[in-house]
Amino acid sequence: MISQFFVLSQRGDNIVFRDYRSEVAKGSAEIFFRKVKFWKEDGQEEAPPVFNVDGVNYFHVKVVGLLFVATTRVNVSPSLVLELLQRIARVIKDYLGVLSEDSLRKNFVLVYELLDEVIDFGYVQTTSTEVLKSYVFNEPIVVDAARLQPLGPAAIFMQGTKRMPGTAVTKSVLANEPGGRKREEIFVDIIEKISVTFSSSGYILTSEIDGTIQMKSYLSGNPEIRLALNEDLSIGRGGGSIYDYRSSSGSGAVILDDCNFHESVRLDSFDMDRTLALVPPDGEFPVMNYRMTQEFKPPFRINCLIEEAGQLKAEVIIKVRAEFPSNITANTVVVQMPLPKYTTRASFELEPGAVGQKTDFKEANKKLEWGLKKIVGGSEHTLRAKLTFSQESHANITKEAGPVSMTFTIPMYNVSRLQVKYLQIAKKSSSYNPYRWVRYVTQANSYVARI
Amino acid sequence: MAPPAQSQRSQSPSQPSGKSEVSDLKLQLRQLAGSRAPGVDDSKRELFKKVISYMTIGIDVSSLFGEMVMCSATSDIVLKKMCYLYVGNYAKVNPDLALLTINFLQRDCHDEDPMIRGLALRSLCSLRVANLVEYLVGPLGSGLKDSNSYVRTVAVVGVLKLYHISASTCVDADFPSTLKHLMLNDPDTQIVANCLSALEEIWSAEASTSEEAAREREALISKPFIYYLLNRIKEFSEWAQCLVLELVTKYVPSDSSEIFDIMNLLEDRLQHANGAVVLATVKVFLQLTLSMTDVHQQVYERIKAPLLTLVSSGSPEQSYAVLSHLHLLVLRAPYVFSSDYKHFYCQYNEPSYVKRLKLEMLTAVANESNTYEIVTELCEYAANVDIPIARESIRAVGKIALQQYDVNAIVDRLLQFLEMEKDYVTAEALVLVKDLLRKYPQWSHDCIAVVGNISSKNVQEPKAKAALIWMLGEYSQDMQDAPYILESLVENWDEEHSAEVRLHLLTAVMKCFFKRPPETQSALGAALAAGIGDFHQDVHDRALFYYRILRYNVSVAEQVVNPPKQAVSVFADTQSSEIKDRIFDEFNSLSVLYQKPSYMFTDKEHRGPLEFADELGNLSIGEAAHNVISSQRVEENDKDLLLTTAEKEETRGSSNNGSVYAVPYDSSTSVFASQTQIESAISNPTTAGHSQHASFGIDDLLGLGMPAVPDVASPPQLKLNTKAALDPNAFQQKWRQLPVALSQELSLSPQGVASLTVPQALLRHMQSHSIHCIASGGQSPNFKFFFFAQKYEEPSNYLVECIINTTSAKAQVKIKADDQSTSQAFSSLFELALSKFGTP
Repeated sequence: MISQFFVLSQRGDNIVFRDYRSEVAKGSAEIFFRKVKFWKEDGQEEAPPVFNVDGVNYFHVKVVGLLFVATTRVNVSPSLVLELLQRIARVIKDYLGVLSEDSLRKNFVLVYELLDEVIDFGYVQTTSTEVLKSYVFNEPIVVDAARLQPLGPAAIFMQGTKRMPGTAVTKSVLANEPGGRKREEIFVDIIEKISVTFSSSGYILTSEIDGTIQMKSYLSGNPEIRLALNEDLSIGRGGGSIYDYRSSSGSGAVILDDCNFHESVRLDSFDMDRTLALVPPDGEFPVMNYRMTQEFKPPFRINCLIEEAGQLKAEVIIKVRAEFPSNITANTVVVQMPLPKYTTRASFELEPGAVGQKTDFKEANKKLEWGLKKIVGGSEHTLRAKLTFSQESHANITKEAGPVSMTFTIPMYNVSRLQVKYLQIAKKSSSYNPYRWVRYVTQANSYVARI
Repeated sequence: MAPPAQSQRSQSPSQPSGKSEVSDLKLQLRQLAGSRAPGVDDSKRELFKKVISYMTIGIDVSSLFGEMVMCSATSDIVLKKMCYLYVGNYAKVNPDLALLTINFLQRDCHDEDPMIRGLALRSLCSLRVANLVEYLVGPLGSGLKDSNSYVRTVAVVGVLKLYHISASTCVDADFPSTLKHLMLNDPDTQIVANCLSALEEIWSAEASTSEEAAREREALISKPFIYYLLNRIKEFSEWAQCLVLELVTKYVPSDSSEIFDIMNLLEDRLQHANGAVVLATVKVFLQLTLSMTDVHQQVYERIKAPLLTLVSSGSPEQSYAVLSHLHLLVLRAPYVFSSDYKHFYCQYNEPSYVKRLKLEMLTAVANESNTYEIVTELCEYAANVDIPIARESIRAVGKIALQQYDVNAIVDRLLQFLEMEKDYVTAEALVLVKDLLRKYPQWSHDCIAVVGNISSKNVQEPKAKAALIWMLGEYSQDMQDAPYILESLVENWDEEHSAEVRLHLLTAVMKCFFKRPPETQSALGAALAAGIGDFHQDVHDRALFYYRILRYNVSVAEQVVNPPKQAVSVFADTQSSEIKDRIFDEFNSLSVLYQKPSYMFTDKEHRGPLEFADELGNLSIGEAAHNVISSQRVEENDKDLLLTTAEKEETRGSSNNGSVYAVPYDSSTSVFASQTQIESAISNPTTAGHSQHASFGIDDLLGLGMPAVPDVASPPQLKLNTKAALDPNAFQQKWRQLPVALSQELSLSPQGVASLTVPQALLRHMQSHSIHCIASGGQSPNFKFFFFAQKYEEPSNYLVECIINTTSAKAQVKIKADDQSTSQAFSSLFELALSKFGTP
């Protein structure tokens, strides 16, 4: 059970503070913040999500720069508390539309209303956005969503892509369209985070896809929904190493290593026709999480060369090739590479006619940064950097630099080939035809090329 | 909500400092209190919001209590809720004013809107004012019977709140049995779950004084109740499912078919997206199959995939919690995970607390088939920008090397580290090479060649420097420059700040001297002189000791300082298996994240409500029947003990008298006046008599290290029944019911440790002190005992759990007693008895 719950701003101010059992001394928020801020003297290391100070256990998760914290003196299940904190953040977001320090401060009374019902005397009562609706009487005060840090994977749809009805994701579950009628719509997002490590010779050392089918429903009357996935989808790679690529290549089937489901999902016909049936609760929630180590074609190939070029000088050449169809565009691409510690200067040379590209040498942590607003499928981009050193390098220069890492977002593209074949909404009336949005996106989780 | 602390931080300009704003609010609230003007509720809302926001940021607004209560006569539910929040927050510090609120809260408890009834009841129970409890009983009673499930849910938690304010009022009103009835009959599963939480807390607290509560608590893990919960598990919310599953882990099924039934029923819980549900299910599976080795193995295989999925979905915090559990499982059964090693590779953007866990997992799963890949991966991290992780990675490579049979490839890698010319890499690698050589002396040639090239000037970290010096001493015959490097180190004695390094330097110079005397002689002289003059006690003592033993006999000195060494086969494990098992028993709790059992970080009263001594059943039932002893023997023992200490005292005195030395504080020249002196010393053969003499001296030293014998002159008043009897079931029952009266750590005498080769030795000894064993188990160095004793001519029992680790010579003792007031007296008896163990 939980003793206290509070939300701290980045500066350590209490935004919300609720004490459920008065077992923990009052100064806990102060103690917590000081501990997190000065975890290690050098400030290098992050505090773990759970720690104990004088018999009090502090749990925290970071959401949009805010610290959601719970304390207890009891030896509870850490996953339960951390899961709960994350869930509280999601419920608050469902109600406020956007989660930020500003929206929390403006709506703290509503937040207290929620907190009173979510936890009573330290025991979780409910985290269902839907159930909570009947206990909430305050109207949310909507804040401008323009310059907000995104929350959750679905928020990437807000990043300026006009095709996406971005505002819908920042709508409160309590909000009504002007005119009093709620807009009937449902969002299904297939979000895949990919991790790839290339060896220095360009061969794939490890690769993994962590995917989520995320849903957010604004349908009235709780209709049942059927979600059909690829028919040739199979789960579990029975026996042997799951990294055994040979077993899968060529067959074309989508093979998941494992997956889990939201509790509302019924799997009655899943084994037969790969259909998920559910009555979606209000608010945003993951229908299914899946994990895949089946071989896939990485969206980018990275080539990196670092060579000494005379005394106290070296040249770095980074090539990035987009290996996806040309009707797809990756955006917000950033390529980073740590340089030798004794690098003092870096001058960059982009290819002629480069648009929307940015280069930077981060003096403080000796890092090269190359930002590309857009990369169109099939294209290749090159960066040349001339480095100046303050001392002669004794050892192999490739041991002093790298690896090259990359972050990107590719909308309307997924590497696993997992698909939502159709989205069926069970409702009698023939005139009922709500908006259905099925969106795909691929993001880099850890995309690294060693040199 | 408790009154927030007065903020110590300097207020940021946007935050008002308090005083004037609060009095301003007071005035405005007063004006509104009586007003019936239209729109007054809106202005009240604004004011209330202000009050609550001040409360949140830590400004004391308790002075507004009266005004707030006056304004609370309203039908506006938003206002009401804010008022409840405020009242709940400040009632505790204003008990008199709180009385003012009782009226309107009680009235609201009868409101026709169930929402208002629920809210009012919750606020009423949250006042936490002891002298108001009489007003709670009525509303709670009707709340529990309310037709609306929301009100009942609130009332159930209200009962628990009442129990914490006044346990007797709660029990007298017979609320626990009402809750029990609800728990078994209410159709709403959230009410069932709340009843379960409340009753677990209440009965656990009552169990120490009430037989009935203990029985009731026991009944929670009875078959009918567990099945009642399990059969409707899917109706519970995900959070309540965790609660139920935790309870199920304590249930002991009667046979294996029951176990399989439960596991089949819960199988699909492993696919839940909520990590807490999955981990709770995993715990059930692991606990149920503990005694079925094959099935237990299959469980590991089954839970692997769901856990890995949880690690990769969810926030970094959530995956950390799951990963910690996976870490525990990997360390317990590395072979199950050996083909999954790639999942434990670190990603560049992971926080270091995750990377650290992964490195340990990689170390654990390394075996003949995957070592090459793992070590290659670890070597990549060694060049990482994250220096602490780079260090850990090198250590991991070293650990793998120490646990493998074929270290060929790894040695090469380690030596490459030495050539990387990053000072921290060199430092870590040196320490590793040293450990490696201690285990695999056959590699000395390859390693020494590389180590010899390292300039000692580039090594600054004490641990690394000590390692380098150790190698210089140990392999001085193979390293051309060893004496000269050591000599230059000795020359810079004063600049060496680490005592550890200076100690190693002394020893290394000695070793080098035995192997290459002419080249080292002057360095040795300088080192001993510097050492004797050292301000650090250990360094001084070691130097003096070397000096004396050299003077006495050089070949004895060589035998002492540089004896032939056996390769180390296994490096000591840092955590005992006892502790590891305890952590495993506490699966799905903080113990796993902290990597220590809960007694190390929680206070007694906050241990879980249902913490039973389950392990009792796993131990063999001892020979409790053989409790025949003679009180005469006890007395004899006492005399013996007295005698031996007296004798020891004497011997110590005499040996002290004989040892008056003149300490040579003069320069090195006088320490070693001439070469001939040393040569004659070397030619002196050792006599057997000398070494015997020395070992006698050491025995004596150990004798002095004995723990002080408790004062025998004033024996404790408590008398124990020499023929006590207690059947194991009764013991188990009592052990579960009674709270721990005392828990402490006792030391064992060295003789005691020596005699404790099998548990039976201690059993017989304790029996002679009227303390009987009911169960015992374990193997050296860890033993576990359950003892009991009875008061003389009274049916009052003492129960003891005693965990002894012979390597640390410590005993962890937990005492439970029927009569708590005498537990201290019993504890001293127990301590006395234990301290005499092993003495003749």
